[in-house]
Amino acid sequence: MNNERRSKGFYVLAAFFALFVLFLYGPLSAVLILSFQGPDGGLTFPLNGVSLHWFYNLFEKQAVGDFGASFRRSFTLGLMVMVVNVVVALLAGLAFRHRFRGATALFYVTVASLVVPSIIISLGIGVVFQQFGLKPAWYSSGFGAHLTWTLPFGVLIMFAVFNRFSPAYEEAARDLGATAWQTFRHVVLPMIAPSLIGVGLFGFTLSYDEFARTLMTSGTYNTLPLEIYGMTTNVTTPVLYALGTVTTLFSFTIILAALAIILLLRRRQAKIS
Amino acid sequence: MATIASTEANETSRRTRSRGLWSALVAISYIQAAPLLLILGFFFVLPILTIIVVSFWDYDFAGLYPDFLTMNYTDTLGSWVTWKTYLNTLKLTAITWALTLFIGFWVAYFLAFHIRTTTMQMVLFLVCTVPFLTSNIIRMISWIPVLGRNGLVNSTLIELGIIPQPIEWLLYSDFAVVLAMVHLNTLFMVTPIFNTLMRIDRSLIEAARDCGASSWQVLWNVVLPLAKPGMAIGSIFVVTLVMADFSTVQVMSGGQSASVALMMKNQMSLLQYPAAAANAVVLLIVVLLMVAAILRVVDIRKEL
Repeated sequence: MNNERRSKGFYVLAAFFALFVLFLYGPLSAVLILSFQGPDGGLTFPLNGVSLHWFYNLFEKQAVGDFGASFRRSFTLGLMVMVVNVVVALLAGLAFRHRFRGATALFYVTVASLVVPSIIISLGIGVVFQQFGLKPAWYSSGFGAHLTWTLPFGVLIMFAVFNRFSPAYEEAARDLGATAWQTFRHVVLPMIAPSLIGVGLFGFTLSYDEFARTLMTSGTYNTLPLEIYGMTTNVTTPVLYALGTVTTLFSFTIILAALAIILLLRRRQAKIS
Repeated sequence: MATIASTEANETSRRTRSRGLWSALVAISYIQAAPLLLILGFFFVLPILTIIVVSFWDYDFAGLYPDFLTMNYTDTLGSWVTWKTYLNTLKLTAITWALTLFIGFWVAYFLAFHIRTTTMQMVLFLVCTVPFLTSNIIRMISWIPVLGRNGLVNSTLIELGIIPQPIEWLLYSDFAVVLAMVHLNTLFMVTPIFNTLMRIDRSLIEAARDCGASSWQVLWNVVLPLAKPGMAIGSIFVVTLVMADFSTVQVMSGGQSASVALMMKNQMSLLQYPAAAANAVVLLIVVLLMVAAILRVVDIRKEL
């Protein structure tokens, strides 16, 4: 394979791939550039001077909705979802290693939670809260709605990880006299740590950007995506792009941090072995 | 005799001990699975059951009344608007599915078979994945400066003298909706297909080559059949997401196009929950039938 000449197919597909990447990133970079419009610039090119005007505008309360507060809500919610996602998905992954009655049914329910349209879950949770006389809020009904979307991803990742996980390591630890907790803490956990970071990253970013499942379940106060959605209909200045730039850069930072942690863990493991 | 008796005793004691250990393991499994069961039970199973119940209720501007009416269903299924909306949504789903499958397959194929180092594969795969982890709404908005009346595409084409005036149908049209859908959902195809392609035993391809198969024959007879489970998983994602989409349709069509979920959303904002619930049940049945159809064609159990 490695000493073959590059075929014609390679160049065609490489061009196709490059176009695909351009298609993914092109529009985003347009937004990035346009958010630095001058004070009297519009929603399209050309740039009318370069300024940070719209970023200042974003952090003034009256210009757009309350961006700061909705960001804080989304951030807190993302962290809550991340922690619960990692813990619950890990426990479920451990549970699925043994056959127990109802395992298949639970697995199908988990997958169904991914497949059932978001808006239906949103409506259902909204109606349940209404019928029980509970007040919907982003940290209760919204939190639950997000988990129905992030948990299946987490469980599927853990499922795949444990499918390829040899029980020999644990047996060796047990033979050397480790307790169940020690085996888990010093053998299993370090081996699956990178995957857990991945589950956490998925939990946070999916929740931070989740819109459809939050629609009916967020109660009085908006999360960030709802705030942005509201803005799309009534904001016609580049402040929208400034907001897009800020949230996208924030997402990128989170992703890069997670990747860095995964790489560090891999390095440490490589050193130990 | 005594030895036999003692071995039997040993045997039974060992069996009870292992049975005790086994039931302990099962008990631990239940405890470990409980959080998942509780969360999904309360926030997923219960809401779906509630929707099914509420879809038979009566309602007016003041509230909901428990009842057993089929009115909500006859209303929604008896209206030609519903049928037209379904047709529109199905058309959109079919086009998006075909495009994402085509693009997703070739991107995955390129990554799996033409990139030689694992590191490079991972890097390029991440390059494809990162946008998926950013806000969908922002990614929709980002098409406005590109496709708008004075956007990048139009101004470039006018500069080059290809068109005399801006093309109107680039933004706020069905074209824009499909484009955004492909932009948002292709990754759901790339990931599972890439995953299956990576697991194909390369010696199968070598064998096909040695037997004199051309690269097209290898692709058609070896790679495609083995990639089917990944395609099925990707298809399930794309079909369910597009069928139930309302935000992309609303933003990208500028409110000119309708989808089933958008119809539901409008009923929800008017607090007509039972009507929306009836629509939700119909949509759920349609989506689940589509998923079942995909699973009939391809067995994906090997994938997990």
